[in-house]
Formats: sequence, structure tokens, C-alpha cells
Amino acid sequence: MKYAGLLAMPAGFFLCAAALVLFSAPAPRLIFVLCGLAVEAMGLSVAVRGHMEERGDRR
Amino acid sequence: MTPAPIPPMTDSIFALTLALLLLAPLAIAGVALVNTGLGRSRSAAQLLLGCLGIVAVAAIVFAAVGAAFTGNAEGAGHSFRLAGKSWNWLGAGPWLLGELNSASPQNQLALLFEFLSVALTALIPWGSGAERLRLTAGCAVAALLSALVFPLAAHWIWGGGWLQQLGVNFGLGVGFLDGGGAATVHVLGGLSSLAVVWIAGPRKGKFPKEGLATAMPGHNAVAALFGCLLALVGWMAWNMAGAILWLHAPNSALAGTAVNTLLSASMALVAAFAVTRIRFGKPDASICANGWLAGLVASSAGAGLISPPAALLVGLVAGLATPLLVELLELALSVDDPSGAIAVHAGGGLWGVVAVGLFAPQAGQLLAQLVGIAALLGLALPVIYLLFRVLDLVLPFGVNGEGERLGMDLDELGASAYPEFVIHRDESQR
Repeated sequence: MKYAGLLAMPAGFFLCAAALVLFSAPAPRLIFVLCGLAVEAMGLSVAVRGHMEERGDRR
Repeated sequence: MTPAPIPPMTDSIFALTLALLLLAPLAIAGVALVNTGLGRSRSAAQLLLGCLGIVAVAAIVFAAVGAAFTGNAEGAGHSFRLAGKSWNWLGAGPWLLGELNSASPQNQLALLFEFLSVALTALIPWGSGAERLRLTAGCAVAALLSALVFPLAAHWIWGGGWLQQLGVNFGLGVGFLDGGGAATVHVLGGLSSLAVVWIAGPRKGKFPKEGLATAMPGHNAVAALFGCLLALVGWMAWNMAGAILWLHAPNSALAGTAVNTLLSASMALVAAFAVTRIRFGKPDASICANGWLAGLVASSAGAGLISPPAALLVGLVAGLATPLLVELLELALSVDDPSGAIAVHAGGGLWGVVAVGLFAPQAGQLLAQLVGIAALLGLALPVIYLLFRVLDLVLPFGVNGEGERLGMDLDELGASAYPEFVIHRDESQR
């Protein structure tokens, strides 16, 4: 689960990079970049959740 | 479109920047003292020796390999073309600091700044892994950060890389701004801390099977708080040097940079003091130290750009957030971070980078800062975690249970930092 979360994080970055290439207007760029950051945040929360489950198993 | 040429550096500015960079190591000394003070007495000597070792390893590895990958804004770089734009992603400087003496004065100072930055970056995860991370593992972590991770980020942000070129290529403000290393040093160091803590696990007895996390207070609040004062001197010099080198700040902006650094730290301390006073009935010295450092970290990105009221706001948010983040990480997320580095450096650094986007006058600057954050979070954390995971297989991070019970001083150095005192109960029972 931790690795799944960590693998999702680069996907968020590529969304942000795509925003730069695909759009020239500021508004759609900002929305795309915020979506990319949201994907990264979700990936991070999945990774954190995975860490907590690992810890719970080891106790 | 090519970036605007950087004005040549006058002799007086060269001398001033060099003098500032000679004061900047006080920031490293301050962080080392804070790390040591917030750890328990049984590992104090190993912690401080580790700080020295890590600075040494980081400097050697960066000189041998990292500096070449970092490159500089005027030098060669590896790039590819996508959508008609050049994406410069890796520096292509000479190995082993070749051509150092023939480099321009500006590039020589930039290199010195990067040496200090890489040392501080490598030091941050050492504080988080305190009391269970072995010396060799700490040095290996420092070597990996100095050879690969830091140079990549530093090239993107300072060395003419794609983040620095966001303004030229995509019209996003003046490109990603990070004068004092809030992202390059602190976010990177904070994310490395998270990876180290995940891999090394918590200290023995920190999270019992039942009940809340065990409090393991630091052994020397005096050292931690003195470290904060020492860090202030280093940080003011660091941010001023960064403002000259990376933001090309005029002379008239330098005193303001130092004032903003002080204001941000001061407001953060007051906020952390108030939060802990309200929550616990009395102010907490270790969290106040963390709040002060978080204010310094948050000021790093834009102390040379923002106004004093904005610096106060930056410090206020950092100081309010730090105690809450420390508590969230420990109690809710089972993260054992003795030095609070994840909250201070990753949290404070991220806020500082965003704050530059909020307060900078250029249109599109916020977007540039957000793209930079996305790059660091989305690429750096997974890469750092995977690298450290592999390293842990080769060179295990954590000490065994008995070593941890004895303390890292006795286990790794064979002698305690305070040999004349019996200072913890379980040692006296041997």
C-alpha cells in the first residue's frame, strides 16, 4: 500500500508538467496544477496509511 | 528565448557575499545543537559526532560527484526538447571541481553556497533518525543525498534548470524562486527525514501496544535553545547571501532580508509559545525551539523579496502550524521524529515556498512555486524513499534493540557523552 501511494505521486507531477505544455491560459493551468497536487496529496496519504498499517502489524 | 544576462559581480559585493557565506555555517552548527539537545543523553555524543561526519561526507561526495550534476546557470546542462521548449534537467559541470579556479567569482560563490546547502540538507534526516540510526547509515544517507538527490534539485532551482526557466519558457513569473533554500535544502531534507523515519522505525518503547505514544523528552533544552540563537546568526547571513546570488537583490534589499528573517523567526516563536501555552498550560521549550526554526526555514525562500508585514505573517503561520504538525505526526500518524525535522523543515519549507508566490509582485509566480512544489513532492519523495530502501538492504539503518537500550554512545562509540553521571535509569540497573 505504501508503494502504491508513492507510485501515485509522480503521476501528480506529470499532470502539473502536462499543464505547462497543454495550456497557455493561466486559469486552466492553475486548475491542472492544483489537480496534480491533489493527486500527490492522495498518494502521500495512501503511503502514510500504509506506514501506519505496517506499524500496527509489527506491534 | 534566452534568460536575461546576470550582471557581473563587483569586488565589494564579492567580498560581502564571501563574508556572509563564512558566517552561514553557524546555521548548520545551530541545527546540530538543536538535534543533539532534543535527543536523549544516551546518544548525545554519537548524535553530534554524526553531525560532523555527515557534513564531512556530504562535502567530499558533493565535490567529487554532486557539483558536476548541479552545474551552474552559465554552464552546460543536459536537456531535451518537448513542445518546442528546452527542459534542462541535469547539470554537466566538470568532475572533481575541475575549473574551480577559472570560474567566474559569482559561480565560485554559488558553489560555496551549494556546499553549505548540501551539508545542511544531509544533516536534517540525521536528527529525525536520532537514537536508532547507525553512524555508517547516516553517512551513507548523506552520500546519496549529496551525490544524486540534492544536485538534481539544486540544478533545477539554482543551476539554470527547468524550474528556474519557468518564467522564460512558460511566462510563470520569473521562474521558481528560492533564495535561501527553503525548497532545495529544507523541503528536500524534510522529505528525506520522512523516508528515514519510515525505514528506521520508531525508537524502542515509543509506541506501546496500548495507550498513547510515550513521551521521550530531549536531554538538554539549553543546548537546543542556544542552537536556535546560533542558527539565527547563520540564517540571516545565509538568506542575505542567497538573496545576492539567486535573487540578484540590490544592496538596498540586504538589510531588509536580515530583518525579515528575524521577524519571521520571532513571530513563529511567539505563535509556538502561545499555542503550547494554551494547549498544555505552560510553554514547551522543545516545541518553541522547533517553532523558531520553522520561522527561519519559512523565511528562507523569500526573505529578500517580501515586505516586513509579510514576513511577520509567514512566521505566524509557521509558528502556529509547527506544534500542530509535530503532534499530528507523532500521535495520529505514528511517526517518531525526535528533532521535529519533518514538521519544521518540510512543513516550514513548503509554506515558505508558497508564501513567495502569494507575496511576490510578478504575475504567475504562485503557479511557478506550485509547480516547483509538485516536482519536489511528486518526484523527490518516491525517489528518496526507494533509494533509502535499497540502501537499508545493503547497510541496515537501525541499531539492534540492545544497542538502542544501551544508547548509541555506548553501542557505537564505547563511551558515554556524560561519563561522570548516571543519567538514565535502565543503564544504572545493568
